Amino acid sequence: MDNGAGSREDSQRLAYEGMLLSTQYDGPVSDRGGTVCVIGAGAAGLTTVKNLLEHGFEVDCYERETGVGGAWNWRHDRSPVYASTHLISSKPFTQYPDFPMPDSWPDYPHHSLLLSYFERYTDHFDLRPHIWFGTEVVRVAPAEHGHWDVTTRSAAGGGRGGGQRTTRYGAVVVANGHNWSPKMPAYEGMSGYAGKVIHASAYKDSAQLRGRRVLVVGAGNTGCDIAVEAAQQAAACWHSTRRGYWYAPKYVLGRPADQVNDLALALRTPLRLRQWVYHRLLRLTVGDLTRFGLPRPDHKVYETHPIANSQLVYYVGHGAFTPVPEVARFHRYGVELTDRRVIEPDLVVLATGYLPRFEFLAPELLDSDEHGRPRLHLHAFARQHPTLAVVGLLQPDSGLFTLMHWQAVAVARWLRLREAQPARAEQVWAAVRGEGDRRWTGARVKDSSRHWFEIGHVDYLRALQHTLDDLAVAA
Amino acid sequence: MTVSPGRLRIVRPLEWARPVPPVLREVLTATPEADEHRPPVLFVHGFGHGAWVFGEHWLEHTAGRGFPAHALSLRGHGGSGAARRATLRAYTHDVVQVASALPRRAVLVGHGAGALIVAAALARYPARAAVLVAPVLGGPAELGAALRRNPAGTLPAAFGAPLRLSRAQLFSRELPDAAAREYTGRLGRAGTLAQWQLLAHRDPGPPVGEPPVLVVGSPDDRVVPVSALTGAARRYGGAPLLFPGMGHDLMLDTRWAEPIDAILDWLDKSGAP
Repeated sequence: MDNGAGSREDSQRLAYEGMLLSTQYDGPVSDRGGTVCVIGAGAAGLTTVKNLLEHGFEVDCYERETGVGGAWNWRHDRSPVYASTHLISSKPFTQYPDFPMPDSWPDYPHHSLLLSYFERYTDHFDLRPHIWFGTEVVRVAPAEHGHWDVTTRSAAGGGRGGGQRTTRYGAVVVANGHNWSPKMPAYEGMSGYAGKVIHASAYKDSAQLRGRRVLVVGAGNTGCDIAVEAAQQAAACWHSTRRGYWYAPKYVLGRPADQVNDLALALRTPLRLRQWVYHRLLRLTVGDLTRFGLPRPDHKVYETHPIANSQLVYYVGHGAFTPVPEVARFHRYGVELTDRRVIEPDLVVLATGYLPRFEFLAPELLDSDEHGRPRLHLHAFARQHPTLAVVGLLQPDSGLFTLMHWQAVAVARWLRLREAQPARAEQVWAAVRGEGDRRWTGARVKDSSRHWFEIGHVDYLRALQHTLDDLAVAA
Repeated sequence: MTVSPGRLRIVRPLEWARPVPPVLREVLTATPEADEHRPPVLFVHGFGHGAWVFGEHWLEHTAGRGFPAHALSLRGHGGSGAARRATLRAYTHDVVQVASALPRRAVLVGHGAGALIVAAALARYPARAAVLVAPVLGGPAELGAALRRNPAGTLPAAFGAPLRLSRAQLFSRELPDAAAREYTGRLGRAGTLAQWQLLAHRDPGPPVGEPPVLVVGSPDDRVVPVSALTGAARRYGGAPLLFPGMGHDLMLDTRWAEPIDAILDWLDKSGAP
């Protein structure tokens, strides 16, 4: 998912230097015509490359690492996966819709299987010849006629002109991922704290927790996973959460829970009924969580990003960790909580999530607001620039790869419509520009720094379905 | 160049909420002596048949021409796991699972009702190309033809009994009696639900990735009338390739080499590899 550094490919690239055109930037620009530039070869980038090729486009994909898989490739320095990472949505929701995961895989595959899935996808559709590995995108700037100047550098550094080169493309699709730039909270006194404080991105293996006194901050899926591992490995463990949550089991009624939920969605069961059934189910299985000291949820299910973790409640029921409220401040040797209690962990893991970052793009290109949140049509299309799109910037209540695939198909169809039927494309574009921001969530989602790209997969795909119908090139 | 039957649908609640249960699958493989970077070819048999029908001649012949060749048995057929309640969706799942497990994008070749499965698989897997051999795409016209030619084998199927195909429907007179008897003796049956679905099933949706599609058949096929062949070919924007004097089971008939050579020539020419 990241973009990034190379070496050998650069020499092959010299072939294009015969096409040098202008010197708008410090270096010469080679023009690749209508070729589309894809940034990142992770889950989003790969499906974008594949679908663009399928729609007849030429594609150059830049990847800062030396392999595919982005966040799911544990060898990558920006990868957030830890040894025990598994999928939290079951296979049918997670796989690319035209490349199913093997029947022999479990319902919730391990991250190493995911990496092999991306490698097989890459080879099956012969994508490698289109990917420039080890090449990092440093700047994307608009050129005339909706084209883009993409400046890349070898991630290994060095070479002529600092190894930088600028290439002109007909369109740019950003697929750099949103789970690599850690969001660090600023607690009073944190810098003076004597113990060790790490972000979850630096957590790789449960050996880091063994025998230590661990405080895990954050109740996202990562925070809950680490709390469960600490419950098994650490000498003592506290889990600090801002509010009470619903911890969804991974299996209910004999099936993966998300499949049961989607059956209810398929039957168009009203949200309130689904919430009632869900609350009943949880009450019948784990019961009232406040008796374990967990705070009572201040919202109904489906109103926060779902946490799929069967083990958290199990371990808290075994007294293996202590649920605590939010961190108020750090002292030299202790952490003070909002209930004025002071605990003394020697390792604090901040599972406070990640923030999307597009450091190679000027914020106004994506209509970003003052918090750096891009405002895109369908979370994918830049409203001011018809040839700029983002794939994968979604926080869904189900698997992401299916959604990325259809985003990529929509982008490919849009770019093809622009070439094949410019007049019709202009009409579609005018409608898109006139449309305001929309949300695709059934329930009202509680505020957090990521809620703005939270979506319900069915609502979102229904909207995308309309777009795909609009963008079909008439025969 | 393909005509899209129906509309692409991306909200698929049934497929998400009720995934097809896994089953043991038999896959026969013939590998070429040297890897010539040709695409793998996956053969899909029709109802009551099995991977073995391609194992007789076509697999080895395809590999001999440099294409990695594979044939699977749909669930409930041949050496694959039993599945009495199998549906067209389950068969389609079997094909897509095997195709996506191959190292490169595959060419799908479906025979008889297997062609209907391939047509459905094309909506779920961007095949490099597809070949429909004597395609049984279902519908009332084909039922009428089957009832006229083989009432004893067809009528009970309407009540859930196995669909039986006779020697005269499947093979030309040139095939020796002993071989014909052996082949018909090996025939099994498809799931009852799937048999009914032949008559009425949902449109599978447009093929993904716009693969070139070839239709192959015989004007003397006593299961699939010529009108059905031209209809199928027109749907994909072409004309059928015809081999007169052959029965429905082109891959087992005496002159089995002619159609497979034509198919592989087309693959070479269509730029599919």
